[in-house]
Amino acid sequence: MPRKTMIEAIRDAMDVMMERDDNVVVFGEDVGFFGGVFRCTHGLQAKYGKTRCFDAPISEGGIVGAAIGMAAYGLKPCVEIQFADYVYPAYDQIVSEAARLRYRSNGGFTAPIVIRMPAGGGIFGGQTHSQSPEALFTHVSGLKVVVPSNPHDAKGLLISSIEDPDPVIFLEPKRLYNGPFDGHHDRPVTPWSKHELGEVPDGHYTVPLGKAIKRREGKQLTVLAYGTMVYVAEAAAEETGIDAEIIDLRTLLPLDLETIVESVTKTGRCVIVHEATLTSGFGAELAALVQQHCFYNLEAPVARVTGWDTPYPHAQEWDYFPGPARVGRAFLETLEG
Amino acid sequence: MPDDSTSEFGPLSLHVPEPAVRPGGEPDFSNVNIPEAGSVRRPPVDANPEEIRDLAFSIIRVLNRDGEAVGPWAGELTDDQLVEGLRHMMTLRTFDARMQIAQRQGKTSFYMQHLGEEAVSCAFRMALSPGDMNFPTYRQAGLLIAGGYPMVEMMCQIYSNERDPLKGRQLPIMYSSKEHGFFSISGNLATQYIQAVGWAMASAIKKDTKIAAGWIGDGSTAESDFHAALVFASTYKAPVVLNIVNNQWAISTFQGIARGGAGTFAARGLGFGMPALRVDGNDYLAVFAVAKWAIERARRNLGPTVVEYVTYRAGAHSTSDDPSAYRPKTESDAWPLGDPVMRLKNHLIGRGVWSEERHTQAEAEILDSVITAQKEAESFGTLHAGGKPSARDMFEGVYEEMPPHLRRQRQQAGV
Repeated sequence: MPRKTMIEAIRDAMDVMMERDDNVVVFGEDVGFFGGVFRCTHGLQAKYGKTRCFDAPISEGGIVGAAIGMAAYGLKPCVEIQFADYVYPAYDQIVSEAARLRYRSNGGFTAPIVIRMPAGGGIFGGQTHSQSPEALFTHVSGLKVVVPSNPHDAKGLLISSIEDPDPVIFLEPKRLYNGPFDGHHDRPVTPWSKHELGEVPDGHYTVPLGKAIKRREGKQLTVLAYGTMVYVAEAAAEETGIDAEIIDLRTLLPLDLETIVESVTKTGRCVIVHEATLTSGFGAELAALVQQHCFYNLEAPVARVTGWDTPYPHAQEWDYFPGPARVGRAFLETLEG
Repeated sequence: MPDDSTSEFGPLSLHVPEPAVRPGGEPDFSNVNIPEAGSVRRPPVDANPEEIRDLAFSIIRVLNRDGEAVGPWAGELTDDQLVEGLRHMMTLRTFDARMQIAQRQGKTSFYMQHLGEEAVSCAFRMALSPGDMNFPTYRQAGLLIAGGYPMVEMMCQIYSNERDPLKGRQLPIMYSSKEHGFFSISGNLATQYIQAVGWAMASAIKKDTKIAAGWIGDGSTAESDFHAALVFASTYKAPVVLNIVNNQWAISTFQGIARGGAGTFAARGLGFGMPALRVDGNDYLAVFAVAKWAIERARRNLGPTVVEYVTYRAGAHSTSDDPSAYRPKTESDAWPLGDPVMRLKNHLIGRGVWSEERHTQAEAEILDSVITAQKEAESFGTLHAGGKPSARDMFEGVYEEMPPHLRRQRQQAGV
C-alpha cells in the first residue's frame, strides 16, 4: 500500500472528492496556483480548473461567509484557513451562521462546508502560528470538530467531513504533516514513509466521524488524546514503562463517549493530554464526562496535561509544549493517586 | 493634557460626528441634496464603471413633485404593474400595523415595521426572476409580500405558534424561504452580505443563470463583512446586486457614524471598481428601474453593482425603542422624499388609473385580507397562548442526524 505524508493524504482526500463530486470547490489564501503554504492543495487547480480551486483575498470572514453562501446554493466548499491562529475574523460566520443555519431555517438552508486549518505548535511559530483553538469550536452547537493524527485517518476523516451534511472544523496538527512527532524535539522525526499509519489506500474510503480509536491497549491507565499528543503519550508510556491505554479521539464533536467510558471503567485512571491551554480547554469537558460516567470506577483524580495558560511563546516553545516528560510525570502521579 | 508636547501645531482633538438636529430641534434636511426628478442620466448596463462614478453622488428619481414619471429611468412599468405595486406596499403597511398592535397586545415578543421604506423591497422584488436569491436584513419583508409568500405563514412565524415554519426557533420576523428566494435572516448584522456574494459565485461556478441580491442597512456597512463582500464581489465579478438601504438611522445612531468622511454610502463601491448608483428609495418607479438595471447587469455576467436607496425610517427601529428619544418627532414629516405609498398613489391618480375612492376601497380590502390571515394564524396559537412548537422540536435540526449527546440531553429534558 502506498505511504504518504499527511499533506499528501489530505490533498488526496480533496482530489478524490473533487473527482467524484462537481460541487466540491476548494479555496483559501494561496491555495490556488501555489497550492497552499503547506502544499495541501498543490496540483488541484491544474487538475480541476480555476473555478474549482482558487486563491481568495486575505479575509477569513470573507472566505467562510462566501463558503456559506455557496453551500446554501448547493456547493460543498472545502476551504482552508492558512493557520488556525487566523480563524478569528471568521468566528462570527462560523458560530452565528454556519453552525446555526440549518436550525434557524428549519432545514430550509444548510451549510455543509469544511473549514480546514493547520493547528498546534512545535514549529517555532510563536503565538500566531501555533494555537490549538479546538475548544472555541467544541462549545458551538451545530459544528463538528475533527483532529486527525495520521495520514490514513486524515484522508478518511476529510472525505467523511466533505460528505457530511453539516459544517466541520478540520484541525490539522501541522507538526504531524511530515511524521509522527512524539515531543522529542531534539531527535530526528520518523517520516510517515516508515510508519504503518502512513499507509493510505488509493481512491475513496472513509473514517467515520464521532468514532475514537484505541492506539495502544493497556491496563494501568487511560490516556485521552488527539493529534500530536497521541505520539507524545505513546513515548511517555514507553519511557515510563507504564501500561497505558491510549485513545485517539479523532473527533471531538460529536464525541465517542462509549469508547472513553469503556476504557476508563476498565483502567480506573485517566490522564487527558492536549496542547491547548488548560482553563476551559476541551480537557475540562472530558474530565467532567469521565467523572460523571466513571465515578465509581475511578481510583485517582482525573489528570490533565496541557499547554500552560499563556499565549504560545516563541523561544520557550519546549517549556510550553506538554512533552513526554510532563506526560510521563502525570502518569506516575495518577498511578500513585 | 500632556505638557511635554513638541508639536508646532497644537494639541489634537477627536472628531465625533453629530446629526444636524436632536430632539427639541427643528428638523433639517438641507444637507440632503436632491436633484430634480428625471435629471440623472441612464447609462447602458454595460457602461464602464469608471465612466459613471457621478451616479454614486446623485439621486436617481422618476416621480416629480406633480406625480409625473419623467426622465430616462421612467417608462419601465405598465399601469397594471404599478397598481399591483401600490397594493403590495399598502399590504405591507397594513400587515406591519396589525403586527405592531399584536406585539403590543402581547401576542409576540418583538416586531419590526417598514414604515416609509415599503417601496425598496416591494419594487426590487418585481425586478427579480424565479430562482434568484435575496440575502435580506430584517426590513425587507416586501420581498415576501410582493413575491406572493402567504401572510399566514409570516404571521405564524411571528407568533412562534404550532404552524411556525421555523418551529419557534427564531425571533419574530426572521423569516426564511428558499422557495421564495429569501435567505434565512440572521439577526447578526452584515453576515448575509458576503454570503450573497458566495451564492452568486456559486451560480457562476455552476454556469447557472441565477443572480443574488445582498441587503444591508446604512449602519451595518461599517461591519467587516460588508467590506469582505465588496472585495469578493469585485475580485470574482460575482453576479450580485449589493443593496444598501440608507434609512438615515441605525437605532439611535445617525448615518454619519457609519458613513464617516465618504460623501455617500454608494461611493463605497467606487474604490472596488464597481458601478454604484444612488436612488430615491421612496420612488417605486425609480427603485424598480435601478433594480432592473443592476439585475440585468448581473445576469449578463457584467458583475456586481452597488445600489444605495435613500429613504427614511419613519417608524421606530423595532418595538423596543422610542425614536422621540433621539430625533425630533416631526423629522419624518420633514423628510424631503415624501411617502412612497402617497407618491405612487398620486402618480396613478394623475394617470387616471386610480382614484381616492379606489384607494379607500383597496385599503378596506387589504385590511380585510390581513385580518383574515391574522385570524387564521391566531387559530394556531400566539407566543403565549394556544398551540406552540413542542419542546422536543428544540433538539431537532441542530444537525441533520441527532448526535448521541443531544439524544441524551433530550432524554434528560424529558421531552
